[in-house]
Amino acid sequence: MNRRNNDELRVIATEHAPDDANQVADFTPGLIDVGEHHLCPGCGEPIAIRAVMDAIALLGLADTCIAVFGIGCSTAFSNNLDVEVLQALHGRAPSVATGVARVHPGLAVFTIQGDGDMANEGLQEVLHAAARGENIVCIMLNNGVFGETGGHLTVTTTIGQRTKNTLDGRTAAEHGHPMRIAELLAQIDGVGYVARGAVNDAGNVARTKRMVVEAFTAQQAGLGLSFVEILTMCPTGWFVPTDEAPDYLASTLAGTHGVGVLRSALEPA
Amino acid sequence: MTPPESSPDGPAPEVAETVVRGTVVIDIEACKGCDLCIEACKPDVLRMTTDERNTRGYRYPQLLPGCTGCRACADVCPDFCFQVWRYDTPKTWTEAGGLA
Repeated sequence: MNRRNNDELRVIATEHAPDDANQVADFTPGLIDVGEHHLCPGCGEPIAIRAVMDAIALLGLADTCIAVFGIGCSTAFSNNLDVEVLQALHGRAPSVATGVARVHPGLAVFTIQGDGDMANEGLQEVLHAAARGENIVCIMLNNGVFGETGGHLTVTTTIGQRTKNTLDGRTAAEHGHPMRIAELLAQIDGVGYVARGAVNDAGNVARTKRMVVEAFTAQQAGLGLSFVEILTMCPTGWFVPTDEAPDYLASTLAGTHGVGVLRSALEPA
Repeated sequence: MTPPESSPDGPAPEVAETVVRGTVVIDIEACKGCDLCIEACKPDVLRMTTDERNTRGYRYPQLLPGCTGCRACADVCPDFCFQVWRYDTPKTWTEAGGLA
């Protein structure tokens, strides 16, 4: 308790901006209503969706984009976004996005789905959209659990990862092997850009934002389907304390789902 | 927010003279107490409150001297609580608004 008392003596006031300092940047996300949202403390999805929205703002696509959300925790967060949003059935967002993109080929159409939504409920949707070379951006928020419906395992849950029905960790003998969705899509010919990012630390957040910018750049250049998988924390579904979730992501999910750009048809900068 | 208790003797000299290059403005009412900023802070100058809570019942971070304005807290915050500032010239803790 001594440390706490010492800390209290050292606290600096943080209610107001100082007069004699420069703001590093305005960190209020431009296209997100920063009011109260329903996602759990420590959830990685707002950080990931912020990276997507920042990329859209950076590329000036806010007025010419349409988001298609699947079903998942992130769906509720779509109410906080200042872009046009459509709601698809569970797993079907890439097909809805296909329709929107074909009717309005000039728009930047993108989907946001979780791993349960994209990889368990509707894997064939994104695979066929990729094979057709649909000019859309597909974002998959991968935490290895069905967060919204109770935290059970998905097809991307890694060996050893805790979920509600793999409390001692997933085993290959009992639960099967995980699928690597980004690698799966990277081998399809209709794909222009495939990358996997993460939001477990500030460096990865910045890297992920660059990946999303590149994905939308590829979409704007008409290079085919762009796919970005983003590893996010789900401390509630993993049964880990919120402050340990970033390290848990690095030690479990990131071991199987390696972060990096897997395929890019963009010209090297 | 209840201000922290003041010490009759003021802070220790090493605290009062700590170099402060940046600072943050924290929207404590938006905070859900997830500790991600504490883990992300490279200079290790953010601490969660232990007793104080915001109106929604969550603990929230407080700033200690030594901020470099690196913006890692703002990058990882799921509730968008942080604005980051850098001073034109580095300050001591006392000049930067230490509360003791």
